[in-house]
Amino acid sequence: MNVNRFSWFNITSLTLGFAFLYIPILLLIVFSFNESKLVTVWGGFSTKWYTSLLQNDGFMDAAWMTLKVAVVSATIATVLGTMAALVMIRGGLFRGRTLFSGMIYAPLVMPEVITGLSLLLLFVAVGWDRGFWTITVAHITFSMCYVAVVVSSRLVTFDQSLEEAALDLGCNKVSAFFQITLPIIAPSIVAAWLLAFTLSLDDLVIASFTSGPGATTLPMKIYSQVRLGLSPEINALSTILIVIVSCGVIVASLLTKRSALKKSQYEQQANASA
Amino acid sequence: MNSANKTQTDNLFTPWLSNSVEPLIRFENVTKKYGDFTAIDNLSLSIYEREFFSLLGPSGCGKTTLMRLLAGFETVTSGKVFIGGVEMSNIPPNKRPVNMMFQSYALFPHMSIAENIAFGLKQEKRSKKEIQRRVDEMLALVQLEAMAGRKPQQLSGGQRQRVALARSLAKKPKLLLLDEPLGALDKKLREKTQFELMNIQEELGMTFVIVTHDQEEAMTVSSRIAVMGHGQVMQVDTPDMIYEMPNSRYIADFIGDVNFIEGEFLGYKAYSAVDSTEAGIGSETESLAAIELATDQSTAASTDASNSLASFTTVVHGELLANSEKVLSEHDQVWLALRPEKVEISKTKPTGDYNMIQGKVWDIGYIGNTSTYHVQLFDGSIIKAQRVNRNRLNKRSITWEDEVWLYWNFDASVVLTE
Repeated sequence: MNVNRFSWFNITSLTLGFAFLYIPILLLIVFSFNESKLVTVWGGFSTKWYTSLLQNDGFMDAAWMTLKVAVVSATIATVLGTMAALVMIRGGLFRGRTLFSGMIYAPLVMPEVITGLSLLLLFVAVGWDRGFWTITVAHITFSMCYVAVVVSSRLVTFDQSLEEAALDLGCNKVSAFFQITLPIIAPSIVAAWLLAFTLSLDDLVIASFTSGPGATTLPMKIYSQVRLGLSPEINALSTILIVIVSCGVIVASLLTKRSALKKSQYEQQANASA
Repeated sequence: MNSANKTQTDNLFTPWLSNSVEPLIRFENVTKKYGDFTAIDNLSLSIYEREFFSLLGPSGCGKTTLMRLLAGFETVTSGKVFIGGVEMSNIPPNKRPVNMMFQSYALFPHMSIAENIAFGLKQEKRSKKEIQRRVDEMLALVQLEAMAGRKPQQLSGGQRQRVALARSLAKKPKLLLLDEPLGALDKKLREKTQFELMNIQEELGMTFVIVTHDQEEAMTVSSRIAVMGHGQVMQVDTPDMIYEMPNSRYIADFIGDVNFIEGEFLGYKAYSAVDSTEAGIGSETESLAAIELATDQSTAASTDASNSLASFTTVVHGELLANSEKVLSEHDQVWLALRPEKVEISKTKPTGDYNMIQGKVWDIGYIGNTSTYHVQLFDGSIIKAQRVNRNRLNKRSITWEDEVWLYWNFDASVVLTE
């Protein structure tokens, strides 16, 4: 099987696959350094769109708003979602458990338009002024479900006897949770927070439904700008976002690699000391 | 060798025979149900201070549930559990004078070995200095001083087991529960650790209750064993009594290897050990005709069981004799439980007072120090006889297909009625 690892067929399909995935992004990055005002015509290298982007208050306000919404909604969603996961996994077989867990997971498959619309109706009915808080609440409602899924998949494999050992050694239930369970499942909670954070950053549909005047998120801003005509500033903004995301991915994979290395070192030590 | 040692210590330490000693643990008619499933069925049991007590049984027999009731992780459906005279139903695990060593060891992966051991002491808000002293003491006890700063993942299985033990001993509990503590270790290490556990228990003068499915382990470490089955205690006794005097076929079969010979009780025969050679019982056991003879004789015999032998008939083996303290009535269905190592095997017909059966060697199980001869009787059933291989294998006198005599003393078997 190894003989034809670099056969012409494999190389072609690899090239085509990556080209399909990355040519659009590469184009975007290249054109963000375009001198010309026309997005699709190359007019020489320049960083002027980056400077003009930083001076564009509309974009900067939208970015700041998005970040605030993402941080607040991810944090609250993580707390609520973790609590939901704990009840679902630890609560035993109480009456209506299947119904409850179904209701937690249902928003995952619900079309965003419907979620957005229903929340809009709710906010209007309650008479809540639309703005930062309505977007945040909307984001909490859907990202909470993702958090619950991520955290409960970790809790399923959590060795319950660890918590029992803590009880046995004199902890009450609350302190056993904070001293033992929480530190051990912390990586999955961090992962869930990051997921909630990205979902919120990413969201256009629900934010459009639930935002009001003066509360525009970055995806909404980009979308409305594009409708008015492509500006090279948007390319610059997108490039910055791509760089941030890539850095995140690289850091995450380095951390994973390091922990895998540490684990294999531990195992060697364990074998050596046996 | 172990059981001999045990018998000696048991002469010194037998609180369960005394009426004046208050048990440390008392189960009173305890029942535990999970839905429709009954894990513990109306169980009563007493365990005394300084005992090394084993709960032994196959998986699903309720032994782990019993232990979790003691630790406080489960609550009884009905009945009462007392520890040190205090009723435990409303006392949560963290308030009980009990610590547990978990089967999975349950070491906290985000803490070092020293932090693991210190955990229980920290919950009690003891001073830093005192905690440090106690942790050092525990590390010395389990010989892991050099590993104090390591994480559990950096230790071998045997070392983790010792850390778990140290952590559960750190708070000096009255009672230590051990849930299959050696299950994850390989055989050699397990045997070594068994003796370490016994030494530690003796040194600290604590009460250990251990759950295990390994009968050899239970026999080695315990002062007493409770053999469990179907949510009930089938027999509680010292290891030697469990082995030599099982009270049912379940026990005899669960502990060690055993032959069962089914038969019917005929009656008692007078028998005196002194003039046993003159009794001539052996010669009467060859044919079915002898059984009638034996029955006739038994009517005249004393029915005092202590100095007479019970006589049984079996469909194919003729009349067999056995000591029995049980009071039996004629035609009772009984089983003789016979340990393979108590059955002698010979090519020539033995002389003397024995139960004898003739058969043919069907198979030989050789495991080095001993060989087990599977002897097929004329009805096709198999009786196992074990022999210590004192001679080299090539000098073995008995081999496959040989016609042999199996014989055993009248007191070698145990008479069982259930």
